[in-house]
Amino acid sequence: MKKVFLITALSVTALLCVVAQVKKPQPKVAVNNPAASIERGKAVYQKECLSCHQADGGGVPHLNPPLYESTNVVGDKKKIIAVVLRGMTDRVPIDGEYYSNNMAPHPELTNVQIADVLTFIRASWGNKASIVTPAEVQAVRGVKKK
Amino acid sequence: MKMYVTSVLLLAATASFANCSGGDSTKAMKTNTAIIADADNAGLKLPSGFGALKVAENVGRARHLTVTPQGNVYVKSSKLVDGKGILEVKVNASGKGEVVKSFGTFTGTGITIKNGYLYACSDEQVFRYKLDANNGVINADAPEVVITGLINRRQHENKTVALDDAGNIYVNIGAFSNSCQEKDRSNGSKGMMPCPVLDSAGGIWKFKADKLNQTYGDGVRYATGLRNVVGLHWNTQTNSLFVMQHGRDQLYQNWPQFYDSLASAELPSECMFEVKQGSNCGWPYTYYNHLLGKKMVAPEYGGDGKKVSEDPAFQNPAAAYPGHMAPNDILFYTGNQFPEKYKNGAFIAFHGSWNRAPLPQKGYFVVFQPFKNGKPSGDWEIFADGFSGKEVVTSTRSAEHRPCGLSQGPDGSLYVSDDSKGTIYRILHSGK
Repeated sequence: MKKVFLITALSVTALLCVVAQVKKPQPKVAVNNPAASIERGKAVYQKECLSCHQADGGGVPHLNPPLYESTNVVGDKKKIIAVVLRGMTDRVPIDGEYYSNNMAPHPELTNVQIADVLTFIRASWGNKASIVTPAEVQAVRGVKKK
Repeated sequence: MKMYVTSVLLLAATASFANCSGGDSTKAMKTNTAIIADADNAGLKLPSGFGALKVAENVGRARHLTVTPQGNVYVKSSKLVDGKGILEVKVNASGKGEVVKSFGTFTGTGITIKNGYLYACSDEQVFRYKLDANNGVINADAPEVVITGLINRRQHENKTVALDDAGNIYVNIGAFSNSCQEKDRSNGSKGMMPCPVLDSAGGIWKFKADKLNQTYGDGVRYATGLRNVVGLHWNTQTNSLFVMQHGRDQLYQNWPQFYDSLASAELPSECMFEVKQGSNCGWPYTYYNHLLGKKMVAPEYGGDGKKVSEDPAFQNPAAAYPGHMAPNDILFYTGNQFPEKYKNGAFIAFHGSWNRAPLPQKGYFVVFQPFKNGKPSGDWEIFADGFSGKEVVTSTRSAEHRPCGLSQGPDGSLYVSDDSKGTIYRILHSGK
C-alpha cells in the first residue's frame, strides 16, 4: 500500500514538473503524465473495449456492464486490473444487475496499455478516480489467481 | 386524430363488447370497436394508412407477449415486478390497457398460448398454465412444468417457444459461447473441434406439448448449428418452423488480421432459417455473408474472411439481414386487417445492435419480409421505425425503446413489446 502511495505521489510530482517546465524533455516513463496516459488509453479503449462497452461507456443493457456509475470501475484498482487481465465469466450481479456476456481476458496487452486504458476509463464519463500505473498492473499480473 | 374501426370476430359465448352490431350467419358476432391511434402514432414511423397506439407503458421488462382471442395481453418480463414475471394487461374498448394481474415467480422471455394453455419460459424451464373459456389463467400459483433442466450458462440464456399443430413444442437453447473458441471472445483463440456446446445448446429442441417434467432425454435435438435464437414461429402455411439467428460477434476484435472494423460491423448476417428435423445451420463452423450471398468458413475454423464454405452439411438461410441487428421475434401475419401484401409474410422485431461501431447502431425497428408460396420473396422493408427515439443510435443504452416481441391480435392488429421501458404498442391499418 505504501508503495502505491509512493508511486501516486511520484506521479503527481512528475505531473507538476511537466506542467511547470513544459520545455523540458518528456520523462521516459510517459505514464507519469496522466494526460498522455489518458490519450493513449483512449486509443486502447477504441480498439479493445468500445465494441462491447460502447463509445459513451454505457455498455449494453443486460449484456455488457456500463463503465460509469460503476462501483467496480472506480473502486479497488486491483480488482479492475484483474478483470482486464483475466476476464470475467462469473454470474454475479454488478451494481444490482446481471450481465450475460463473458468479458474476454486481455493478458496480451502490456502493463502500460492496461494502465493507460484504465486511467482513461477512470477519468471519463463522469468518473473521477485515480490513475493506474504499469507497476500496479504488474503487481496484479504477478499474482496467481486463487 | 385518426380513428380506426377494426372488425372483431368474437364467438357469441364470449362477446361482451358494448357496441355489438349483431350476429352473422357463421354464428359469430361482428363487433365494430373504435380504436383510437395516438396522435403521434405512439412515436412510430409507419407506412401510409397505418396508425399506432401505446396500449400500456411500464409493463415490466416486456420481452415476448401474446394476445388472447379476447384482446387481452400476457407479457413475459425479464425482471420481476413485485415478485412476479408474467403480467396480464386487460385492454378496454378504446384499446388502452392496464395490468390487472401478475403471477409467475420467474423471469424469462418466451410466452405463447396454444390449445387452452399459456406457455411461459424461465431461462431453464418451460411452464404452462391452464386457461378458462375466456383465456384467463385458472391456477396462477401452480403452473405445470413441461420442460426442465435446460442449459443456462449466462450467455444466450433466453428460452422461447413455438408450438405446431401436432402436439409438439419447440424451444431454443442458445449457445453459451460467441463462436465456440477455446477462450470465449478472446483474440485469436481457436474453435473447439467438434464444438462441445452443440450437445446441449446451440439449437432447437423438440418436446411434447402436453407431457410434464421433460428434460433433454425426453426431447430430440430438432435443429443444430444455431448460435442464438430468440424469435421462432411455426408457419401454418408451410407447416414448418422458422427461426431467426443472432450471428456471432467480434470478427474484427478477435481476428484483426482478417477483418477490418467495417466488415465486422456488417458481418455476419442475421439469418432466417426454415428448419426441419436434422437441420444444421452452420454455427460455429460457418457464418453467412449476405453481401456475397455465401456461407463462409469461420476464422476459428480456418477461415480468413474470404474462404467460402461449400460444405453441403450446412443449410443456407431462407433470408439474411445486416449484421448484429438482433432479431428477437418473428411472426407470420395471418390476419385480415392489413392489406393483402402482408398476408402470410413475416414481421421481424429487430431489437437493435450494439456491435456495429464504428458505424452507427442499426435495427430498433420492425421489418416486413414479403413471402410468396412459403418462401421469402422480394426485399425486406422497414415497417415500424422510431422506437429508439433517436435519428442515430450510437450507443445502445441511448435507445428509448427496443422492440422485442410480436403478437397478432384477434382483429389482425400487430402488437409489439418493448423491453427497455415496458411499452406495449398496437399497430393498426385504417381499413381496406
